[in-house]
Amino acid sequence: MGIGGSDMYRQQILDHYKNPRNYGEIEDATFTHTGENPMCGDTIEMDVVLSEDEETIEHVAFRGDGCAISQASASMLSERLQGMAVEDLRTMDRDDVIDMLGVDISPMRVKCAVLAEKVAQDGTDIYFGELDVEKTTTEDDD
Amino acid sequence: MGLSETDVLDVERIRADFPILEREFDGEQLAYLDNSATSQTPEPVVEAIAHYYRHTNANVHRGLHQLSQEASIAYENAHDRVAEFIGADGREEVVFTKNTTESLNTIAYAWGLAELGPGDEVVMTEMEHHAALVTWQQIAKKTGATVKYIRVDEDGYLDMDHARELVTDDTEMVSVVHVSNTLGTVNPVSDLADLAHDHDALCFVDGAQSVPHMPVDVGEMDADFFAFSGHKMCGPTGIGVLYGKEHLLEEMQPYLYGGMMISKVTFEDSTWHELPWKFEAGTPVICQGIALAEACDYLDDIGMERVDRHGRSLAEYAYDRLSEFDDIDILGPPGDDRGALVSFNLGDVHAHDTSEILNDFAVAIRAGDHCTQPLHDKLGVPASARASFYIYNTREEVDKLVRAVDATRELFA
Repeated sequence: MGIGGSDMYRQQILDHYKNPRNYGEIEDATFTHTGENPMCGDTIEMDVVLSEDEETIEHVAFRGDGCAISQASASMLSERLQGMAVEDLRTMDRDDVIDMLGVDISPMRVKCAVLAEKVAQDGTDIYFGELDVEKTTTEDDD
Repeated sequence: MGLSETDVLDVERIRADFPILEREFDGEQLAYLDNSATSQTPEPVVEAIAHYYRHTNANVHRGLHQLSQEASIAYENAHDRVAEFIGADGREEVVFTKNTTESLNTIAYAWGLAELGPGDEVVMTEMEHHAALVTWQQIAKKTGATVKYIRVDEDGYLDMDHARELVTDDTEMVSVVHVSNTLGTVNPVSDLADLAHDHDALCFVDGAQSVPHMPVDVGEMDADFFAFSGHKMCGPTGIGVLYGKEHLLEEMQPYLYGGMMISKVTFEDSTWHELPWKFEAGTPVICQGIALAEACDYLDDIGMERVDRHGRSLAEYAYDRLSEFDDIDILGPPGDDRGALVSFNLGDVHAHDTSEILNDFAVAIRAGDHCTQPLHDKLGVPASARASFYIYNTREEVDKLVRAVDATRELFA
């Protein structure tokens, strides 16, 4: 089987899509950020709680709507981020996301896969005053 | 009218003209159901392109040598052939462009910028393709004009009462899609042209999804402007057509300037070439135009009535088969009253996911917003999956589509 297709929908992806982890809200989150993939209509809203020294991610929750890839990716990322150093989140790239998903992602779907990661990173950058956008979109991301 | 032997297509014979349909992906034979996006290209058209470059290639309208003359005559005749295909009066009314979008932009810039201003209104429909919607929306912003949209009702039809409310003496342009590329609705464009004319407005009909599939007579329709693309009707990409009533095109100023479109040029001023060349600045789409004329021949040899019946019958069959399932939501009008396409959603499964699974079965469909984002917003869905049919498609391919949708359901259950 080539890139994409059923291969892209291995059990793990479908499981996270159907039963998303950390789905919901955190009331006293350190920051909340949203993002969308306008082409597909995928949306992700993420709440993040940082440790007191602001160096570690303690909790993550997300809400969202969209294709299986975007939502499964958010669910898997939400698990991955718990306890992760903020610095490690900042250096994550698309390859890390694709590794995390554990499947080949067809080129047209990379935007779906990285949406949650971009939301987490942009939310962090905004919180630390290094970025000034209202919402993340994957439109200009290549 | 009964269906006689000559009324149906010889699909097997037609398929032989399209070798691409024999392609296999991982052992599955391609079922190409993305014809609203682009159609495949039959051998005679591919041959016309190859023959042009092997035999006739030269620039047009400027060379005195034999080759340039041959290319010029073939290119000019292509305009006549296309005019005949859509019932235009002659080549003066047929401008070759890049695609439907460029045809719309040509009128929006050449006519709209000059004629529209505050208080003027452009009336479109909620099912308009971005090609028209974005173009008039932005031209309205530039000129201070207002855009309005005729409502689409629950069954996917235009609310004609609303149309009669919206089109007033303030309306300057009624720009409507002939066949919706998302809903499959066939709009009453002739009535809308009459409505526009009752209020001294002009009517632009976007025929991108109609000309490839059904007999079209722009004169009978009484559209002032009409546009379509070559690549959706067996022709190559890179060629579109802008039809305009001669007196309107005559009165309009060109919007692209340069070579070919001029008559006399001095350092101070220029005058324009006769129609249609006035609107074809620079070296035009020579080979594509000639190939489009060949595509017209190809379709006329089959017969546009037959093409129409075949497409509608496949759409109805697909509609009926997909309607068997409660979890499938089909957009647009009933199966027996639509163009050659069916857009649908399978439960909550995103159309992109559906399309990826269908791809495993080598079933090629389109998934997304089909360049009608506001319509999808109105319908409350981010996207839809669209199967669209053409002369070479079969009921077996529709069956395969349904099997692939079944597999998608199982995977996501």
